[in-house]
Amino acid sequence: MSGESTPGAGSRRELPVMSGHIEVPSWRLLLTLGIAGALAGLLIVFVYQATQPRIQAYKALQLRLAVSEVLASPARWDTLYVHDGALVLTPPADVDAGSLEMVFLGYREDGSRVGYAIQGAEAGFQDIIELIFGYNAETNTVLGMKVLANKETPGLGDKIVKDSAFVAEFAGPETPLTGVKSTRATGAANEVDMITGATISSRAVINIINHQLERLGPMLNAYLQEAN
Amino acid sequence: MPKQTTPSQDLTRGIWRENPVLIQMLGLCPALAVTNTVVNSLAMGLATFFVLFCSSLLVAAFKKVIPHEVRITTYILIIATFVTIADMLLEAIVPEVHKALGAFIALIVVNCMILGRQEAFSSKNTVPRALLDATGTGIGFIIALFLMGGVREVLGYGSFLGFPILGANYEPWIVFILPPGGFLTIGFILLALNWWERRKAERSKSDVPGAVAVERAA
Repeated sequence: MSGESTPGAGSRRELPVMSGHIEVPSWRLLLTLGIAGALAGLLIVFVYQATQPRIQAYKALQLRLAVSEVLASPARWDTLYVHDGALVLTPPADVDAGSLEMVFLGYREDGSRVGYAIQGAEAGFQDIIELIFGYNAETNTVLGMKVLANKETPGLGDKIVKDSAFVAEFAGPETPLTGVKSTRATGAANEVDMITGATISSRAVINIINHQLERLGPMLNAYLQEAN
Repeated sequence: MPKQTTPSQDLTRGIWRENPVLIQMLGLCPALAVTNTVVNSLAMGLATFFVLFCSSLLVAAFKKVIPHEVRITTYILIIATFVTIADMLLEAIVPEVHKALGAFIALIVVNCMILGRQEAFSSKNTVPRALLDATGTGIGFIIALFLMGGVREVLGYGSFLGFPILGANYEPWIVFILPPGGFLTIGFILLALNWWERRKAERSKSDVPGAVAVERAA
């Protein structure tokens, strides 16, 4: 373009007029942008309405599968809501149930309890790790663990999902969990072998479970006592 | 004024001769960031294709209505709208892939290849030709990402489209699925491409009688 000039002194002079270009009043500029914005908004709302049910359904399905997995396929489960420092089966009418933290209590075919499924999230190596784990409050053991979302380093940190030996470590250990290097394992009941090369990610998983149990533990026990 | 091209050239030039990533070096951010598996590459390529195609359609259709002063703003608005739509559609249709691509779907908005095509082509041409151009450029982008994703997944995971192909004894070359692998892969692809182009140019030069003589004289 021939209109380009050096910045600084020359920049204040009148801009070169483009060939065949007519001055457009500013109300037309505003109108164009306004209409374009409104149409864009409408289009997005329409697509949002159309896709949202599917997205929500998928999320609910993923959660159901995860609960079922960490509680070893229970016959059924209750959804409990954390409200006012206690677990309640039905949240008070004036509170939006969707905004409350949920805990799931699974039952076997014969009505005996399997344990709780609890979600948790904390910072991992790169981003928040979200997971769900099964917990038996009567024996104080973790039943299983499944990572729901993570952005850990592929090939290293993402072994918290892909390394089946690590995931299997979470079937049965007592709480609170302690992460150990596999070479230093003593065989204690609360030990979990961490992944070589993914110490931070492994520790994050262990911390999420410990912190959630620290916070929710009293409520979980209180609910069981009440139910008994 | 841009040189006149035929409709078939509009379609084909973006695919290879003016490939957005490999020749024009546009849209390198997604080409490096999300090409660690073939599936991710294809999803990214298709999402970008969708956005480019729809944006070109609208820009070419409304080019007379959009005032010159606010054209870039309007283009970006159009592009951002379709990116948002693509984001929601991907989440509804292929949630796993959507999760893997993460923020990079939203970042299609700032893919300079898309805005570049609007400014350089769609805003100056008819709707059918803009669509041909968008199709060609979009396919070129998909091809480039597919090449990257193929190389990186095979070397980094030992698999292709998730199927193991290099056997259990293959020790995955993890660096290829990490960010450095993206740079290495694009570097080697460009190296091979430029070597090939140069060799072709030299051959065609030596085919011309007298060319060698002129060179010697010089």
